[in-house]
Amino acid sequence: MLSHDKIERSVPLLIVLTIFTVAFGGLVEIVPLFFQKSTTTPLNNLVKPYDPVRLAGRDIYIREGCYNCHSQMIRPFRAETERYGHYSVAGEFVYDHPFQWGSKRTGPDLHRVGGRYSDQWHYTHLMNPRDVVPESNMPAYPWLDRPLKEPNIGAKMAALRAVGVPYTDKDIADAPKAVEGKTEIQALIAYLQGMGLALKQTR
Amino acid sequence: MDLKNTSDFVSGFWSMYVIVITLVSVLGCGVFLLLQDKAKTNAGNTTGHVWDENLEEYNNPLPNWWRWMFYITVVFALVYLALYPGLGNMAGSFGWTMRGQYEGEMKKADEQYGPIFKKFQSQDIRAVAANSEAKEMGQRLFLTYCAQCHGSDARGAKGFPNLADQDWLFGGTPAQIQESIAKGRDAAMPAKGIKPDLNGDQIKDLANYVRSMSGLAADSIRIQRGKELFAVACAACHGPDGKGMLGVGPNLADKTWLYGSSESEIVETITKGRINRMPAFGEFLGDAKVHLLTAYVYGLGGGVKEDAPAAAPAATAAEPSPVAEKK
Repeated sequence: MLSHDKIERSVPLLIVLTIFTVAFGGLVEIVPLFFQKSTTTPLNNLVKPYDPVRLAGRDIYIREGCYNCHSQMIRPFRAETERYGHYSVAGEFVYDHPFQWGSKRTGPDLHRVGGRYSDQWHYTHLMNPRDVVPESNMPAYPWLDRPLKEPNIGAKMAALRAVGVPYTDKDIADAPKAVEGKTEIQALIAYLQGMGLALKQTR
Repeated sequence: MDLKNTSDFVSGFWSMYVIVITLVSVLGCGVFLLLQDKAKTNAGNTTGHVWDENLEEYNNPLPNWWRWMFYITVVFALVYLALYPGLGNMAGSFGWTMRGQYEGEMKKADEQYGPIFKKFQSQDIRAVAANSEAKEMGQRLFLTYCAQCHGSDARGAKGFPNLADQDWLFGGTPAQIQESIAKGRDAAMPAKGIKPDLNGDQIKDLANYVRSMSGLAADSIRIQRGKELFAVACAACHGPDGKGMLGVGPNLADKTWLYGSSESEIVETITKGRINRMPAFGEFLGDAKVHLLTAYVYGLGGGVKEDAPAAAPAATAAEPSPVAEKK
Protein backbone atom coordinates (compact mmCIF):
# COMPACT_ATOMS: atom_id res chain seq x y z
CA MET A 1 0.00 0.00 0.00
CA LEU A 2 1.24 3.47 -0.94
CA SER A 3 1.60 5.39 2.22
CA HIS A 4 1.06 9.11 2.56
CA ASP A 5 4.66 9.35 3.59
CA LYS A 6 5.99 7.74 0.44
CA ILE A 7 3.87 9.83 -1.97
CA GLU A 8 4.77 13.01 -0.20
CA ARG A 9 8.49 12.44 -0.45
CA SER A 10 8.57 11.59 -4.17
CA VAL A 11 7.72 14.43 -6.55
CA PRO A 12 7.41 12.25 -9.70
CA LEU A 13 5.06 9.86 -7.90
CA LEU A 14 3.00 12.77 -6.62
CA ILE A 15 2.73 14.22 -10.15
CA VAL A 16 1.70 10.92 -11.69
CA LEU A 17 -0.93 10.20 -9.06
CA THR A 18 -2.28 13.76 -9.20
CA ILE A 19 -2.72 13.59 -12.98
CA PHE A 20 -4.32 10.17 -12.63
CA THR A 21 -6.82 11.50 -10.08
CA VAL A 22 -7.67 14.65 -11.99
CA ALA A 23 -8.03 12.74 -15.28
CA PHE A 24 -10.82 10.54 -13.92
CA GLY A 25 -13.49 13.20 -14.19
CA GLY A 26 -12.54 13.97 -17.77
CA LEU A 27 -12.35 10.32 -18.73
CA VAL A 28 -15.93 9.73 -17.78
CA GLU A 29 -17.43 13.15 -18.56
CA ILE A 30 -15.58 14.29 -21.69
CA VAL A 31 -14.23 11.31 -23.60
CA PRO A 32 -17.59 9.53 -24.15
CA LEU A 33 -19.00 12.71 -25.76
CA PHE A 34 -16.82 12.03 -28.77
CA PHE A 35 -18.71 8.77 -29.26
CA GLN A 36 -22.28 10.05 -29.04
CA LYS A 37 -24.32 10.66 -32.17
CA SER A 38 -26.15 13.69 -30.75
CA THR A 39 -22.90 15.52 -30.05
CA THR A 40 -20.98 14.59 -33.20
CA THR A 41 -23.52 14.73 -36.03
CA PRO A 42 -25.36 17.84 -37.28
CA LEU A 43 -28.89 18.10 -35.91
CA ASN A 44 -30.45 18.60 -39.35
CA ASN A 45 -29.51 19.89 -42.77
CA LEU A 46 -29.83 23.49 -41.59
CA VAL A 47 -26.67 23.06 -39.53
CA LYS A 48 -23.89 23.98 -41.96
CA PRO A 49 -20.24 24.93 -41.65
CA TYR A 50 -19.69 28.69 -41.43
CA ASP A 51 -19.21 30.35 -44.79
CA PRO A 52 -16.08 32.56 -44.96
CA VAL A 53 -17.88 35.81 -44.12
CA ARG A 54 -19.63 34.30 -41.10
CA LEU A 55 -16.41 32.70 -39.98
CA ALA A 56 -14.70 36.10 -40.13
CA GLY A 57 -17.68 37.48 -38.19
CA ARG A 58 -17.28 34.81 -35.55
CA ASP A 59 -13.64 35.82 -35.10
CA ILE A 60 -14.72 39.43 -34.58
CA TYR A 61 -17.27 38.17 -32.04
CA ILE A 62 -14.42 36.50 -30.18
CA ARG A 63 -12.01 39.42 -30.61
CA GLU A 64 -14.49 41.93 -29.18
CA GLY A 65 -15.26 39.61 -26.27
CA CYS A 66 -18.98 39.37 -26.97
CA TYR A 67 -19.01 36.06 -25.09
CA ASN A 68 -18.16 37.92 -21.89
CA CYS A 69 -21.71 39.23 -21.71
CA HIS A 70 -23.70 37.05 -24.11
CA SER A 71 -24.29 33.32 -23.90
CA GLN A 72 -25.26 31.10 -26.81
CA MET A 73 -27.00 28.42 -24.83
CA ILE A 74 -30.75 28.44 -24.25
CA ARG A 75 -31.53 26.14 -21.36
CA PRO A 76 -34.64 23.94 -21.33
CA PHE A 77 -36.67 26.17 -19.01
CA ARG A 78 -39.93 27.82 -19.98
CA ALA A 79 -38.65 31.23 -18.89
CA GLU A 80 -35.90 30.95 -21.49
CA THR A 81 -37.73 29.30 -24.37
CA GLU A 82 -40.59 31.82 -24.20
CA ARG A 83 -38.13 34.63 -24.62
CA TYR A 84 -35.49 33.19 -26.92
CA GLY A 85 -37.01 30.22 -28.73
CA HIS A 86 -36.33 26.49 -28.73
CA TYR A 87 -33.68 25.34 -26.25
CA SER A 88 -30.22 24.62 -27.63
CA VAL A 89 -29.19 21.08 -28.47
CA ALA A 90 -25.71 19.63 -28.97
CA GLY A 91 -26.18 18.80 -32.66
CA GLU A 92 -26.39 22.50 -33.49
CA PHE A 93 -22.81 23.17 -32.42
CA VAL A 94 -20.91 20.44 -34.27
CA TYR A 95 -19.10 22.96 -36.50
CA ASP A 96 -18.26 25.38 -33.68
CA HIS A 97 -14.57 25.19 -32.83
CA PRO A 98 -14.50 26.52 -30.22
CA PHE A 99 -18.15 26.84 -29.26
CA GLN A 100 -19.26 30.22 -27.90
CA TRP A 101 -21.70 29.00 -25.26
CA GLY A 102 -20.43 31.46 -22.69
CA SER A 103 -21.35 31.33 -19.04
CA LYS A 104 -22.49 34.82 -18.22
CA ARG A 105 -25.45 36.92 -19.29
CA THR A 106 -25.07 40.62 -18.82
CA GLY A 107 -26.85 40.87 -22.15
CA PRO A 108 -29.41 38.42 -23.49
CA ASP A 109 -28.68 35.00 -24.93
CA LEU A 110 -27.85 35.18 -28.62
CA HIS A 111 -28.27 31.60 -29.76
CA ARG A 112 -31.51 32.24 -31.68
CA VAL A 113 -30.85 35.84 -32.63
CA GLY A 114 -30.58 34.89 -36.30
CA GLY A 115 -33.43 36.49 -38.24
CA ARG A 116 -34.91 38.01 -35.11
CA TYR A 117 -33.95 41.56 -36.14
CA SER A 118 -33.23 43.20 -39.46
CA ASP A 119 -29.68 43.77 -40.68
CA GLN A 120 -30.38 47.48 -40.35
CA TRP A 121 -31.29 47.02 -36.69
CA HIS A 122 -28.02 45.22 -35.98
CA TYR A 123 -26.06 47.95 -37.72
CA THR A 124 -27.74 50.72 -35.76
CA HIS A 125 -27.52 48.73 -32.53
CA LEU A 126 -23.81 47.92 -32.85
CA MET A 127 -22.94 51.51 -33.77
CA ASN A 128 -24.82 52.78 -30.73
CA PRO A 129 -27.18 50.46 -28.82
CA ARG A 130 -28.98 53.40 -27.23
CA ASP A 131 -30.29 54.49 -30.61
CA VAL A 132 -32.71 51.57 -30.62
CA VAL A 133 -32.82 50.43 -27.00
CA PRO A 134 -32.56 53.55 -24.79
CA GLU A 135 -32.09 51.56 -21.56
CA SER A 136 -29.31 49.36 -22.96
CA ASN A 137 -25.98 49.22 -21.13
CA MET A 138 -24.14 47.52 -23.98
CA PRO A 139 -21.03 49.35 -25.18
CA ALA A 140 -21.05 50.83 -28.68
CA TYR A 141 -18.77 49.31 -31.32
CA PRO A 142 -18.46 52.16 -33.84
CA TRP A 143 -15.02 51.07 -35.04
CA LEU A 144 -16.45 47.93 -36.61
CA ASP A 145 -17.54 49.92 -39.67
CA ARG A 146 -14.13 49.52 -41.30
CA PRO A 147 -12.76 47.19 -43.98
CA LEU A 148 -12.45 43.57 -42.98
CA LYS A 149 -8.86 42.32 -43.07
CA GLU A 150 -8.80 38.56 -43.35
CA PRO A 151 -5.63 37.55 -45.22
CA ASN A 152 -5.62 34.17 -43.46
CA ILE A 153 -9.20 33.12 -44.00
CA GLY A 154 -8.13 30.11 -46.12
CA ALA A 155 -5.69 28.96 -43.45
CA LYS A 156 -8.38 29.30 -40.78
CA MET A 157 -10.71 27.13 -42.81
CA ALA A 158 -7.97 24.58 -43.41
CA ALA A 159 -7.36 24.46 -39.66
CA LEU A 160 -11.05 23.89 -39.03
CA ARG A 161 -11.05 21.17 -41.65
CA ALA A 162 -8.27 19.46 -39.72
CA VAL A 163 -10.60 19.19 -36.72
CA GLY A 164 -13.47 17.83 -38.76
CA VAL A 165 -15.38 20.66 -40.47
CA PRO A 166 -16.13 19.44 -44.00
CA TYR A 167 -14.79 22.33 -46.10
CA THR A 168 -13.86 21.40 -49.66
CA ASP A 169 -10.70 22.58 -51.42
CA LYS A 170 -12.93 24.82 -53.52
CA ASP A 171 -14.53 26.37 -50.41
CA ILE A 172 -11.08 27.25 -49.15
CA ALA A 173 -9.83 28.52 -52.52
CA ASP A 174 -12.89 30.76 -52.94
CA ALA A 175 -12.76 32.12 -49.39
CA PRO A 176 -10.53 35.19 -49.95
CA LYS A 177 -12.86 36.39 -52.69
CA ALA A 178 -15.91 35.95 -50.47
CA VAL A 179 -14.58 38.23 -47.74
CA GLU A 180 -13.21 40.80 -50.17
CA GLY A 181 -14.73 44.25 -49.86
CA LYS A 182 -16.71 43.41 -46.72
CA THR A 183 -16.60 45.48 -43.59
CA GLU A 184 -16.13 44.04 -40.12
CA ILE A 185 -19.63 44.99 -39.11
CA GLN A 186 -21.10 43.23 -42.14
CA ALA A 187 -19.22 40.06 -41.24
CA LEU A 188 -20.37 40.22 -37.64
CA ILE A 189 -23.99 40.81 -38.67
CA ALA A 190 -23.79 37.89 -41.10
CA TYR A 191 -22.57 35.71 -38.22
CA LEU A 192 -25.37 36.89 -35.92
CA GLN A 193 -28.04 36.45 -38.58
CA GLY A 194 -26.95 32.85 -39.19
CA MET A 195 -27.19 31.84 -35.56
CA GLY A 196 -29.58 29.21 -34.27
CA LEU A 197 -31.62 28.83 -37.44
CA ALA A 198 -31.74 25.03 -37.20
CA LEU A 199 -34.57 25.03 -34.66
CA LYS A 200 -35.90 28.52 -35.23
CA GLN A 201 -39.29 27.41 -36.50
CA THR A 202 -39.71 24.66 -33.90
CA ARG A 203 -41.71 25.47 -30.84
CA MET B 1 -34.04 14.64 -35.90
CA ASP B 2 -34.26 12.51 -32.83
CA LEU B 3 -34.59 14.69 -29.76
CA LYS B 4 -35.89 11.92 -27.54
CA ASN B 5 -32.80 9.77 -27.31
CA THR B 6 -30.43 11.19 -24.75
CA SER B 7 -27.64 8.65 -24.49
CA ASP B 8 -27.00 7.62 -28.04
CA PHE B 9 -23.52 6.13 -27.89
CA VAL B 10 -22.12 4.74 -31.11
CA SER B 11 -21.64 1.40 -29.35
CA GLY B 12 -22.56 -0.31 -26.11
CA PHE B 13 -18.94 -0.17 -25.04
CA TRP B 14 -19.18 3.49 -24.05
CA SER B 15 -22.11 2.86 -21.78
CA MET B 16 -20.16 0.15 -19.96
CA TYR B 17 -17.10 2.40 -19.90
CA VAL B 18 -19.00 5.14 -18.09
CA ILE B 19 -20.64 2.67 -15.68
CA VAL B 20 -17.38 0.96 -14.75
CA ILE B 21 -15.38 4.16 -14.19
CA THR B 22 -18.16 5.79 -12.20
CA LEU B 23 -18.75 2.81 -9.93
CA VAL B 24 -15.05 2.13 -9.45
CA SER B 25 -14.54 5.78 -8.46
CA VAL B 26 -17.42 5.88 -6.00
CA LEU B 27 -16.65 2.52 -4.42
CA GLY B 28 -12.93 3.31 -4.53
CA CYS B 29 -13.54 6.37 -2.37
CA GLY B 30 -15.42 4.22 0.13
CA VAL B 31 -12.73 1.56 0.23
CA PHE B 32 -9.99 4.15 0.54
CA LEU B 33 -11.75 5.69 3.51
CA LEU B 34 -12.16 2.27 5.10
CA LEU B 35 -8.43 1.64 4.74
CA GLN B 36 -7.56 5.02 6.18
CA ASP B 37 -9.81 4.24 9.10
CA LYS B 38 -7.67 1.23 9.83
CA ALA B 39 -4.36 3.06 9.42
CA LYS B 40 -2.34 3.53 12.54
CA THR B 41 -3.04 6.77 14.30
CA ASN B 42 -1.65 8.09 17.49
CA ALA B 43 -3.80 10.73 19.11
CA GLY B 44 -1.88 13.65 20.56
CA ASN B 45 1.44 12.76 18.87
CA THR B 46 2.90 14.09 15.66
CA THR B 47 3.64 12.19 12.46
CA GLY B 48 7.31 12.82 13.01
CA HIS B 49 7.72 14.98 9.88
CA VAL B 50 9.10 18.46 10.30
CA TRP B 51 8.72 21.00 7.45
CA ASP B 52 10.15 24.46 7.20
CA GLU B 53 12.21 24.11 10.38
CA ASN B 54 9.39 23.73 12.91
CA LEU B 55 6.15 22.86 11.14
CA GLU B 56 4.74 19.60 12.45
CA GLU B 57 1.54 17.63 11.90
CA TYR B 58 -0.54 15.73 14.42
CA ASN B 59 -1.29 12.12 13.66
CA ASN B 60 -4.86 12.20 14.99
CA PRO B 61 -7.62 9.87 13.81
CA LEU B 62 -10.20 11.32 11.39
CA PRO B 63 -12.98 13.16 13.21
CA ASN B 64 -16.13 11.05 13.41
CA TRP B 65 -18.49 13.67 11.97
CA TRP B 66 -16.25 13.98 8.92
CA ARG B 67 -15.83 10.23 8.50
CA TRP B 68 -19.56 9.63 8.62
CA MET B 69 -20.30 12.49 6.26
CA PHE B 70 -17.95 10.83 3.78
CA TYR B 71 -19.67 7.44 4.11
CA ILE B 72 -23.06 9.13 3.67
CA THR B 73 -21.77 10.83 0.53
CA VAL B 74 -20.78 7.49 -0.94
CA VAL B 75 -24.15 5.96 -0.14
CA PHE B 76 -25.93 9.04 -1.49
CA ALA B 77 -24.02 8.78 -4.77
CA LEU B 78 -25.04 5.14 -5.23
CA VAL B 79 -28.69 5.83 -4.40
CA TYR B 80 -28.70 8.83 -6.73
CA LEU B 81 -27.24 6.83 -9.59
CA ALA B 82 -29.91 4.17 -9.11
CA LEU B 83 -32.75 6.73 -9.22
CA TYR B 84 -31.53 9.19 -11.85
CA PRO B 85 -29.74 8.78 -15.18
CA GLY B 86 -25.98 8.81 -14.77
CA LEU B 87 -24.70 5.33 -15.37
CA GLY B 88 -24.21 5.08 -19.14
CA ASN B 89 -27.44 4.20 -20.88
CA MET B 90 -29.27 3.38 -17.66
CA ALA B 91 -32.26 5.69 -17.29
CA GLY B 92 -32.62 5.46 -13.50
CA SER B 93 -35.72 4.09 -11.82
CA PHE B 94 -37.44 7.51 -11.63
CA GLY B 95 -37.37 7.75 -15.43
CA TRP B 96 -36.37 11.41 -15.10
CA THR B 97 -35.16 13.31 -18.16
CA MET B 98 -34.31 16.96 -18.63
CA ARG B 99 -36.68 17.03 -21.60
CA GLY B 100 -39.45 15.44 -19.58
CA GLN B 101 -39.06 18.04 -16.87
CA TYR B 102 -39.18 20.82 -19.46
CA GLU B 103 -42.26 19.40 -21.11
CA GLY B 104 -43.94 19.05 -17.73
CA GLU B 105 -43.19 22.69 -16.98
CA MET B 106 -44.62 23.74 -20.35
CA LYS B 107 -47.71 21.60 -19.88
CA LYS B 108 -48.38 23.09 -16.47
CA ALA B 109 -48.02 26.61 -17.84
CA ASP B 110 -50.29 25.74 -20.72
CA GLU B 111 -52.98 24.52 -18.34
CA GLN B 112 -52.66 27.70 -16.33
CA TYR B 113 -52.42 30.30 -19.08
CA GLY B 114 -53.85 28.42 -22.08
CA PRO B 115 -57.51 29.19 -21.25
CA ILE B 116 -56.77 32.93 -20.94
CA PHE B 117 -55.08 33.01 -24.35
CA LYS B 118 -57.86 30.89 -25.80
CA LYS B 119 -60.55 33.19 -24.47
CA PHE B 120 -59.03 36.16 -26.25
CA GLN B 121 -58.14 34.22 -29.36
CA SER B 122 -61.79 33.46 -30.00
CA GLN B 123 -62.70 37.14 -29.78
CA ASP B 124 -62.52 39.73 -32.53
CA ILE B 125 -59.35 41.87 -32.54
CA ARG B 126 -61.39 45.02 -31.90
CA ALA B 127 -62.99 43.44 -28.84
CA VAL B 128 -59.64 42.23 -27.52
CA ALA B 129 -58.13 45.68 -28.06
CA ALA B 130 -60.82 47.16 -25.81
CA ASN B 131 -60.19 44.67 -22.99
CA SER B 132 -57.91 45.97 -20.24
CA GLU B 133 -56.57 42.55 -19.20
CA ALA B 134 -55.67 41.79 -22.82
CA LYS B 135 -54.02 45.16 -23.07
CA GLU B 136 -51.78 44.41 -20.10
CA MET B 137 -50.84 41.03 -21.54
CA GLY B 138 -50.26 42.61 -24.93
CA GLN B 139 -48.00 45.22 -23.45
CA ARG B 140 -45.86 42.61 -21.68
CA LEU B 141 -45.56 40.67 -24.93
CA PHE B 142 -44.75 43.86 -26.82
CA LEU B 143 -42.00 44.79 -24.36
CA THR B 144 -40.47 41.33 -24.69
CA TYR B 145 -40.63 40.83 -28.43
CA CYS B 146 -41.20 44.17 -30.18
CA ALA B 147 -39.74 46.99 -28.10
CA GLN B 148 -36.16 46.35 -29.28
CA CYS B 149 -37.04 47.96 -32.63
CA HIS B 150 -40.31 49.82 -32.17
CA GLY B 151 -39.43 51.21 -28.73
CA SER B 152 -41.10 50.59 -25.39
CA ASP B 153 -43.64 53.33 -26.23
CA ALA B 154 -44.15 51.84 -29.72
CA ARG B 155 -43.17 55.16 -31.24
CA GLY B 156 -40.29 53.72 -33.22
CA ALA B 157 -36.98 55.31 -34.11
CA LYS B 158 -35.15 56.30 -37.25
CA GLY B 159 -35.68 53.38 -39.60
CA PHE B 160 -38.21 51.71 -37.31
CA PRO B 161 -41.83 52.71 -37.81
CA ASN B 162 -44.00 54.39 -35.22
CA LEU B 163 -46.90 52.06 -34.42
CA ALA B 164 -48.87 54.52 -32.32
CA ASP B 165 -49.74 57.01 -35.04
CA GLN B 166 -52.31 56.91 -37.82
CA ASP B 167 -49.78 56.22 -40.50
CA TRP B 168 -49.36 52.72 -41.89
CA LEU B 169 -46.93 51.38 -44.44
CA PHE B 170 -48.64 48.01 -44.76
CA GLY B 171 -52.08 48.80 -43.45
CA GLY B 172 -53.64 49.34 -40.05
CA THR B 173 -56.65 47.06 -40.16
CA PRO B 174 -56.60 44.07 -37.79
CA ALA B 175 -56.01 41.63 -40.63
CA GLN B 176 -53.14 43.69 -42.06
CA ILE B 177 -51.47 44.14 -38.68
CA GLN B 178 -51.80 40.43 -37.95
CA GLU B 179 -50.21 39.58 -41.28
CA SER B 180 -47.33 41.99 -40.65
CA ILE B 181 -46.57 40.36 -37.30
CA ALA B 182 -47.05 36.76 -38.34
CA LYS B 183 -45.45 36.81 -41.77
CA GLY B 184 -43.16 39.81 -41.52
CA ARG B 185 -42.68 42.48 -44.16
CA ASP B 186 -39.89 43.21 -46.57
CA ALA B 187 -39.33 46.59 -48.07
CA ALA B 188 -36.67 47.65 -50.50
CA MET B 189 -36.30 51.02 -52.10
CA PRO B 190 -33.77 50.59 -54.89
CA ALA B 191 -30.90 53.05 -55.00
CA LYS B 192 -31.86 55.96 -57.27
CA GLY B 193 -35.37 54.62 -57.69
CA ILE B 194 -35.86 53.01 -61.09
CA LYS B 195 -33.48 55.37 -62.83
CA PRO B 196 -29.96 54.17 -62.00
CA ASP B 197 -28.25 56.90 -64.06
CA LEU B 198 -29.31 59.77 -61.79
CA ASN B 199 -26.37 62.05 -61.03
CA GLY B 200 -25.65 63.86 -57.80
CA ASP B 201 -27.22 67.11 -58.93
CA GLN B 202 -30.39 65.40 -60.07
CA ILE B 203 -30.68 63.62 -56.73
CA LYS B 204 -30.46 66.97 -55.01
CA ASP B 205 -33.24 68.26 -57.27
CA LEU B 206 -35.36 65.28 -56.28
CA ALA B 207 -34.67 65.79 -52.60
CA ASN B 208 -35.80 69.40 -52.85
CA TYR B 209 -38.94 68.42 -54.69
CA VAL B 210 -39.74 65.75 -52.10
CA ARG B 211 -39.27 68.29 -49.30
CA SER B 212 -41.57 70.73 -51.05
CA MET B 213 -44.35 68.14 -51.16
CA SER B 214 -44.79 68.29 -47.42
CA GLY B 215 -44.28 72.03 -47.22
CA LEU B 216 -40.63 72.03 -46.14
CA ALA B 217 -38.29 74.73 -47.36
CA ALA B 218 -36.74 73.96 -50.75
CA ASP B 219 -35.01 75.60 -53.69
CA SER B 220 -37.64 76.62 -56.26
CA ILE B 221 -35.51 75.93 -59.34
CA ARG B 222 -34.58 72.51 -58.02
CA ILE B 223 -38.24 71.84 -57.27
CA GLN B 224 -39.12 72.39 -60.91
CA ARG B 225 -36.37 70.10 -62.17
CA GLY B 226 -37.09 67.54 -59.43
CA LYS B 227 -40.74 67.35 -60.34
CA GLU B 228 -39.93 66.11 -63.84
CA LEU B 229 -37.42 63.59 -62.53
CA PHE B 230 -39.88 62.34 -59.92
CA ALA B 231 -42.36 61.29 -62.58
CA VAL B 232 -39.69 59.13 -64.20
CA ALA B 233 -37.73 57.75 -61.25
CA CYS B 234 -40.11 57.61 -58.29
CA ALA B 235 -43.76 57.78 -59.32
CA ALA B 236 -43.96 54.10 -60.11
CA CYS B 237 -43.93 53.29 -56.39
CA HIS B 238 -44.74 56.56 -54.66
CA GLY B 239 -47.52 57.58 -57.06
CA PRO B 240 -47.58 60.55 -59.41
CA ASP B 241 -48.56 62.89 -56.58
CA GLY B 242 -46.11 61.33 -54.10
CA LYS B 243 -48.90 60.13 -51.85
CA GLY B 244 -47.65 56.58 -51.97
CA MET B 245 -49.26 53.20 -52.37
CA LEU B 246 -49.94 50.93 -49.45
CA GLY B 247 -47.27 48.25 -49.16
CA VAL B 248 -45.43 49.55 -52.24
CA GLY B 249 -44.09 53.01 -51.57
CA PRO B 250 -44.67 55.31 -48.59
CA ASN B 251 -46.47 58.60 -48.78
CA LEU B 252 -43.88 61.36 -49.28
CA ALA B 253 -46.32 64.23 -49.01
CA ASP B 254 -47.08 63.98 -45.28
CA LYS B 255 -45.19 64.88 -42.12
CA THR B 256 -43.93 61.40 -41.21
CA TRP B 257 -40.30 60.68 -42.04
CA LEU B 258 -38.89 57.24 -41.37
CA TYR B 259 -35.32 58.09 -42.38
CA GLY B 260 -35.28 61.82 -41.76
CA SER B 261 -36.49 64.87 -43.65
CA SER B 262 -33.33 66.95 -44.02
CA GLU B 263 -32.00 67.39 -47.53
CA SER B 264 -28.88 65.36 -46.75
CA GLU B 265 -30.91 62.50 -45.29
CA ILE B 266 -33.20 62.40 -48.31
CA VAL B 267 -30.18 62.53 -50.62
CA GLU B 268 -28.73 59.56 -48.73
CA THR B 269 -32.00 57.67 -49.03
CA ILE B 270 -32.18 58.23 -52.77
CA THR B 271 -28.49 57.59 -53.38
CA LYS B 272 -28.13 54.37 -51.43
CA GLY B 273 -31.70 53.11 -51.37
CA ARG B 274 -33.25 51.66 -48.24
CA ILE B 275 -33.65 48.01 -47.39
CA ASN B 276 -35.67 47.12 -44.36
CA ARG B 277 -37.37 44.12 -42.88
CA MET B 278 -39.90 43.29 -40.26
CA PRO B 279 -39.05 39.69 -39.29
CA ALA B 280 -41.84 37.10 -39.25
CA PHE B 281 -42.95 36.16 -35.73
CA GLY B 282 -45.79 33.78 -36.52
CA GLU B 283 -43.94 30.49 -36.07
CA PHE B 284 -42.04 31.63 -33.02
CA LEU B 285 -44.89 33.22 -31.08
CA GLY B 286 -47.82 31.08 -32.18
CA ASP B 287 -51.32 32.25 -33.15
CA ALA B 288 -52.54 33.11 -29.64
CA LYS B 289 -49.74 35.58 -28.87
CA VAL B 290 -49.86 37.08 -32.35
CA HIS B 291 -53.57 37.67 -31.81
CA LEU B 292 -52.95 39.51 -28.54
CA LEU B 293 -50.12 41.56 -30.01
CA THR B 294 -52.23 42.50 -33.00
CA ALA B 295 -54.92 43.75 -30.66
CA TYR B 296 -52.36 45.66 -28.61
CA VAL B 297 -50.86 47.38 -31.64
CA TYR B 298 -54.30 48.01 -33.08
CA GLY B 299 -55.36 49.56 -29.78
CA LEU B 300 -52.38 51.91 -29.56
CA GLY B 301 -54.45 54.54 -31.26
CA GLY B 302 -53.55 54.14 -34.87
CA GLY B 303 -55.78 51.21 -35.76
CA VAL B 304 -57.86 51.63 -38.86
CA LYS B 305 -61.44 51.00 -37.85
CA GLU B 306 -62.94 49.68 -41.06
CA ASP B 307 -61.46 47.19 -43.44
CA ALA B 308 -61.34 50.15 -45.76
CA PRO B 309 -59.83 50.33 -49.24
CA ALA B 310 -56.08 50.17 -49.29
CA ALA B 311 -55.60 53.88 -49.87
CA ALA B 312 -57.45 54.86 -46.72
CA PRO B 313 -54.56 55.17 -44.25
CA ALA B 314 -53.05 57.95 -46.29
CA ALA B 315 -56.10 60.08 -45.65
CA THR B 316 -55.36 60.75 -41.98
CA ALA B 317 -51.64 61.17 -42.13
CA ALA B 318 -48.95 59.16 -43.76
CA GLU B 319 -45.43 58.14 -44.20
CA PRO B 320 -42.86 59.65 -46.46
CA SER B 321 -39.27 58.78 -47.05
CA PRO B 322 -38.71 55.90 -49.34
CA VAL B 323 -39.79 52.60 -48.01
CA ALA B 324 -39.68 50.73 -44.82
CA GLU B 325 -41.91 48.30 -43.17
CA LYS B 326 -44.55 49.07 -40.67
CA LYS B 327 -46.71 46.74 -38.73
